[in-house]
Amino acid sequence: MTLQTDRMTVANPTTASELAPPTAVASTGLTKRFRGGQIAVDHIDLAVPVGSVYGFLGPNGSGKTTTIRMLLGLVRPTAGSRTLLGGRIPEDSQRVLPRVGALVEGPAFHLYLSGRDNLRRLDAADRTADPATGGARIGAALERVGLSAAAGKRYRNYSLGMRQRLGIAAALLQPRELLILDEPTNGLDPQGTREVRALVTDLSAGGVTVMLSTHLLSEVEQVCTHVGVMHVGKLVAQSSLTELRAQSAPRIRVQSDNPTDAAAGLRRLGATDLVIDGDSITALPGAADPADLLSALVRADVRVRAFGTVPVNLEDVFVTLTGEGFGVSG
Amino acid sequence: MSAAEILPTAAPATRRPSSRFLRSELKLIFGRRRNIAGLAVLAAVPIILGLSIKFSGETGEGDGGIFGQITSNGLFVGLAALMVELPLFLPLAVGVISGDSVAGEASVGTLRYLLATPVQRTRLLAVKYTSIVISAAFAVVLIAVVGVGLGLALFGAGPVTLLSGTQVSTAEGIWRLVLVCGYLTVCLAAFGAIGLFISTLTEQPVGATIGVAGLAIISQILDAVPQLSGIGPYLPTHYWLNFGDLLRDPIAADQIVPGLISAAVYTAIFLTAAWARFAGKDITS
Repeated sequence: MTLQTDRMTVANPTTASELAPPTAVASTGLTKRFRGGQIAVDHIDLAVPVGSVYGFLGPNGSGKTTTIRMLLGLVRPTAGSRTLLGGRIPEDSQRVLPRVGALVEGPAFHLYLSGRDNLRRLDAADRTADPATGGARIGAALERVGLSAAAGKRYRNYSLGMRQRLGIAAALLQPRELLILDEPTNGLDPQGTREVRALVTDLSAGGVTVMLSTHLLSEVEQVCTHVGVMHVGKLVAQSSLTELRAQSAPRIRVQSDNPTDAAAGLRRLGATDLVIDGDSITALPGAADPADLLSALVRADVRVRAFGTVPVNLEDVFVTLTGEGFGVSG
Repeated sequence: MSAAEILPTAAPATRRPSSRFLRSELKLIFGRRRNIAGLAVLAAVPIILGLSIKFSGETGEGDGGIFGQITSNGLFVGLAALMVELPLFLPLAVGVISGDSVAGEASVGTLRYLLATPVQRTRLLAVKYTSIVISAAFAVVLIAVVGVGLGLALFGAGPVTLLSGTQVSTAEGIWRLVLVCGYLTVCLAAFGAIGLFISTLTEQPVGATIGVAGLAIISQILDAVPQLSGIGPYLPTHYWLNFGDLLRDPIAADQIVPGLISAAVYTAIFLTAAWARFAGKDITS
């Protein structure tokens, strides 16, 4: 009897999805090779959990925007498949995309129309939009990004920051379940950047899943719960920030009057990756407990002035993952 | 709860087919200063034509044809203006609108946002093409209305002498003018289909416009070379000037019907080509 139940459980196809958390964005083996033969996106398996703020992090040119274009059905993948909110793209695009707000590779609007008229046009193109509520929804979206006062101005006369805000307003015209925002703080001043980050946090608190592409690590650290790291077309890491921090061992820092002795002592005790800077040394403690390291150093007559652990710096983690800083990927 | 249960929440209902997007498209076309200026140029031709004939004092009678009739009936100002604008100004106007249709959205980047809204690609082409046809009809009717209005004011109405020499009433004359406008719209709509196709090939709206207008000119040059008379009937502009046959009594259908067939074939071929090109295209603009 028990055996039979087990078998039935295994045979039930919904079981797998019960175990895995539902994903708002998923892809398997997603690949894009452009006509020149250059591979822009190389077999990436995205999994953006529902309710997360997912930082899609990578230097310029690492394939983030091409990936987003494939997710939205603008670019046809060379291989692989992708789903948004459980619907396959492009087959279910018409059903799924109305619930997805997107900002792709910067805002784009008609120069000679006002901000409000540009939003009206997008709303008119949306078959799921109710014309009766259009004015109110457009007004609310403009208000939300702080653009109400400039709504009647021609887009031509908008500053880069205002254009970016209008792009975000367009993504908020309808209630969305998923927002895909490509570099949403580009061109914004520090105040605008803070506002957009607060907006993302706010939307996320309201239950919207946000996939936010960025080349700024600080942005990921401030607003994201999950991160996927792109490097030369490959997704080199993907996890929650908490897991990522836990994965990477904290470093220890020793200050000593005699850094040479201290370094020698640390090496003998199994510490690795020593960085000596004046009288201060940082190192990976290896298998040893940092507390044991300290007492061992003291017993070895090394004069220690200060000892502590250095909090995990995500930047170091990413440099390790990508093997370089955040410049432009070749 | 399974993913399948959570995610596809009530998909937003697609509302019944509405003309909202098309109206937005027309507002975009007719609200644009460049296009308004273009329409003003189209409307200026019958005005210049009518006034210059009125004040030059020459009746033009005895020339025969449409120009010869201007002073005897105001309707012919509109017809003469259409004839003058048909070789260059009207195809240029269609070239501006159709060349801009897809390439213009691509060049400013709005195309990616329309498609992500989402607008189905086929629907986008349908709306774009419909607005091209409406623009072409508007341009033709504008020229005719301005011409006829001014013509009636300058030269008055009266029995209309058709090109075949028969006299018909003013009402019959106006009906013939409506037929002419319809025929030219069909011809220009076919040309607009070519323009829509060219517009899907590039992200440069100006390039597309020049291509479309250049095509009209090349087609007319080839049509004028006697040694190439064999290919003449297959050129997109070949039957355009046959609109004069609608001003005969009875209407001479032997060139009008092939003209309509040619337009239908061109429309079908190039709309299909535009769709084939655009439906699977990578949008990287």
